[in-house]
Amino acid sequence: MADLRTTFAGIKSPNPFWLASAPPTDKAYNVRRAFEAGWGGVVWKTLGEDPPVVNVSSRYGSLNYNGNRLMGLNNIELISDRPLAVNLAEIKQVKRDYPDRAVVVSLMVPCVEESWKAILPLVEETGADGIELNFGCPHGMSERNMGAAVGQVPEYVEMVTRWCKQYTRMPVIVKLTPNITNILMPALAAKRGGADAVSLINTIQSVIGVDLDQMAPMPVVGGKGTHGGYCGPAVKPIALRMIGDIARHPELAGIPISGMGGIGSWRDAAEFLAMGATTLQVCTAAMHYGFRIVDDMIDGLSSWMDQKGYADIPSVSGQAIPRFVNWGNLNLKFKTLADINQDACIGCGLCHIACEDTSHQAISKTLVDGKNHYEVIDEECVGCNLCAHVCPIDDCITMQPQPVEGELTWPEHPNNPNRVTA
Amino acid sequence: MEAAVMRIPDTICGRLSEGELAANFADAHPPLTHAQAVIEAERCFYCYDAPCVQACPTSIDIPKFIKAIATNNMQGSARTILESNILGGACARVCPTEILCEQKCVHTAREAGQAIRIGALQRHATDWQMEHGGQPFTRAVATGKRIAVVGAGPAGLACAHRLAMHGHNIDLIDTHTLPGGLNEYGVAAYKLADDFAQKEVDFLMAIGGITFQGGLSLGKDFTVAQLRKEYDAVFLAVGLAGVRAMGIEGEQLDGVMDAVTFIETLRSQDKKTVPVGRRVVVVGGGNTAVDAAVQARRLGAEDVFLVYRRGHEQMSATTVEREWAQTNGVTVKLWASPVRIVSENGVLRGVEFARGAIGPDGSIAYNPADTFIIEADMVLKAVGQTFLSTPLQADTIAISGGRILVDDQYQTTMQGVFAGGDCTPGEDLTVAAVRDGRDAAEAIHAMLSQNSGQ
Ligand SMILES: Cc1cc2nc3c(=O)[nH]c(=O)nc-3n(C[C@H](O)[C@H](O)[C@H](O)COP(=O)(O)OP(=O)(O)OC[C@H]3O[C@@H](n4cnc5c(N)ncnc54)[C@H](O)[C@@H]3O)c2cc1C
Ligand SMILES: Cc1cc2nc3c(=O)[nH]c(=O)nc-3n(C[C@H](O)[C@H](O)[C@H](O)COP(=O)(O)O)c2cc1C
Ligand code: SF4
Ligand code: SF4
Ligand code: SF4
Repeated sequence: MADLRTTFAGIKSPNPFWLASAPPTDKAYNVRRAFEAGWGGVVWKTLGEDPPVVNVSSRYGSLNYNGNRLMGLNNIELISDRPLAVNLAEIKQVKRDYPDRAVVVSLMVPCVEESWKAILPLVEETGADGIELNFGCPHGMSERNMGAAVGQVPEYVEMVTRWCKQYTRMPVIVKLTPNITNILMPALAAKRGGADAVSLINTIQSVIGVDLDQMAPMPVVGGKGTHGGYCGPAVKPIALRMIGDIARHPELAGIPISGMGGIGSWRDAAEFLAMGATTLQVCTAAMHYGFRIVDDMIDGLSSWMDQKGYADIPSVSGQAIPRFVNWGNLNLKFKTLADINQDACIGCGLCHIACEDTSHQAISKTLVDGKNHYEVIDEECVGCNLCAHVCPIDDCITMQPQPVEGELTWPEHPNNPNRVTA
Repeated sequence: MEAAVMRIPDTICGRLSEGELAANFADAHPPLTHAQAVIEAERCFYCYDAPCVQACPTSIDIPKFIKAIATNNMQGSARTILESNILGGACARVCPTEILCEQKCVHTAREAGQAIRIGALQRHATDWQMEHGGQPFTRAVATGKRIAVVGAGPAGLACAHRLAMHGHNIDLIDTHTLPGGLNEYGVAAYKLADDFAQKEVDFLMAIGGITFQGGLSLGKDFTVAQLRKEYDAVFLAVGLAGVRAMGIEGEQLDGVMDAVTFIETLRSQDKKTVPVGRRVVVVGGGNTAVDAAVQARRLGAEDVFLVYRRGHEQMSATTVEREWAQTNGVTVKLWASPVRIVSENGVLRGVEFARGAIGPDGSIAYNPADTFIIEADMVLKAVGQTFLSTPLQADTIAISGGRILVDDQYQTTMQGVFAGGDCTPGEDLTVAAVRDGRDAAEAIHAMLSQNSGQ
């Protein structure tokens, strides 16, 4: 059995699966249920200063796709709307009752030193394992110069991180916002400020849809809507890219990364680990199905690790990073060709029309025995993979890598006006 | 020998209560809810040059109308169907989809029985149109041309509607007092429940320009030549008015009748006034045989035998139809050919069959020495319908292979006279009749446009 225990910036947990700071970690009741279900840790729903914020009614919007619910989730919720003292008392009791689990407290207070100086000792007193600085909330709080309003300015990120390192001995995790053009800027700033780790991604600014009867963005609150934060399966590709960018950056190499954004299965988890994460946070998938989903995540991840011979989490973490390169490092001589397994083909014609209308006219349609027959024209196929993606039958169209002779990348390519000549 | 006990056939009306009859003849396949329809629609792959379309005689753009259901564009969905097939509502209910579109659906290629429920989705969209949208098409500018359509079944109705769309005026003439053809008095009652046939006729006629004249028969009240003089064109869609005889002893006995007559009676009368035997034998292997057998059961017959002279593979009833008969408690007997109707003192007693088998050379032989009798109070003959050419005797219209001969433009050998549906060669299906009517209308319209130099 693979060893799933993790030590993240000094914080120990029995497995890498943590619940992200969000409604699932809003109070002791939820967190206890999560721990009973097997979650390795939680990041408590973000605490702020008293008096607590007020939330609106009608908070979420869903992106459904072809019958599947919650491909993406959008929320316009703020941070914890419960009094600080209540949260702190519950955190203390829960940590005492579950000493082996990670309990991290997410924080967001105004961008002034006194505010941070005041709240940190209160959190430390609970016995929590660490803090996560919420520099990511992209709606509501950012209008009050907190959350993403801080996370988008590297100087602020560095400054607040430094205050926290100064006023507490707890490990400091900086949660990054994806609402920025270059994720490396705030990540590097966090490192300069002394951050022990980073976590990402927080939610992405979004309008999930428009209510065409009320003519207002959704969710509609009393006739009006506002932009919210987007998460769930649809954001996973964005998260993977940002995590990989940080993991492969020479100055950031080695900084612990808690990855999140669309994790819903052990497979997603393995991909986040491969791109450099060492712990994983989950919100939407738990909100969709409940805490029980962690069972298959733990089980599936450890079976996969056993099959592949990975003994523990550190041995998986970052495995794909050496092969995550810039486009200019790709071999332009590599060629792959689509191949249709005629026995599996059901004749839907989707590969043909996709290639014919929008790609390279490389799949022919002929009538054979009164039925449409589809075949790849090797000479025309550029190996773009489109047909393999549109084919509704698993493994019916496979891409077959062709023998390659040597390597030629763009920097050396004759078509490149700026090519490097030997 | 046993003392001969005089047996009186046990054939009566009202074997079942009114409630039971109502349940037995209600919609056999209730409609999908909108939520079910959307889930089903989302399963469709939206194939390109889709095999299901190729398999639909009216070539409805199936992926297009299904996609429109998935996006909740119900009006567009219904229009897509009705553009190709104005009787899309009836076809959704009566088409043997298992040998048409659904058989060719690519989901079937992946896993048998998993085809998209195209018929059910088509019904969902057309029901929506009839409930919310009414007649979706309008008429072109009036042309002043008049066309006589003889026979108001699916072929005649489809032809009349398409001609009306083109701005012509149509007199729709039929022997029956109600339009609809076999949709009204032939197809199984539970396939077109709740008076659907008349509702659909009303929906279709709402386009305007079509006048129905019932109770008038070709060959009796008028000839084609007379119509041709009075109208700019004629379309014949008189269906199959004849029935094949078994040609065996005792066929004329009381209690022996044609399955189509039995079905017409139960389609046009209150079910509790329709007599049915306690024991019924249906002879035949087509869908008419299945419909007669199942409806006899549903009227309250205790034992119903469907006896066919050959095997499953040769039956023209589809597997789905045969299984439907079996789940309705009909006993299917194969490889048995009727040799005589058994009677006692002139009273029906049953049917005697000879057992048969297929020889190694593929030929079928029945052994006259190896027979058995199935007792029956009622015998329904379903050995085939035929085209009756007598109404055309006064006219010079060529018949070929027992049906009206037409060219690829649906024109008969008489200029300006067209024909389609069951009375012409081809498959005897509602949907095929609709295609014929539609395409013949286009041919007539082309001819009339040419004549008037348009
Ligand atoms: C019992 C039964 C069940 C069937 N079930 C199905 C089914 O489930 N699915 C399916 O697809 N198909 C089914 N069919 C076949 C289908 O009903 C026919 O293929 C279809 O109705 C043919 O349409 P049509 O317009 O050519 O003829 P019909 O529907 O037969 O219409 C012909 C019309 O012409 C009229 N007519 C006849 N002679 C004259 C005359 N001399 N003068 C004036 N009018 C005349 C008749 O009154 C009738 O209204 C069934 C057929 C039968 C008999
Ligand atoms: C309803 C809701 C409320 C959230 N509130 C917070 C919050 O208070 N603090 C925070 O750091 N992140 C918050 N998040 C962001 C999540 O912690 C997480 O970063 C994001 O949902 C991506 O993960 P996922 O795709 O697994 O949901 C919230 C997300 C949701 C859906
Ligand atoms: S890989 Fe791209 S170019 Fe090749 S056949 Fe498929 S769609 Fe066409
Ligand atoms: S997409 Fe796949 S199943 Fe469909 S025709 Fe192409 S190869 Fe066959
Ligand atoms: S074949 Fe089946 S999946 Fe394809 S378009 Fe037709 S109904 Fe849809």
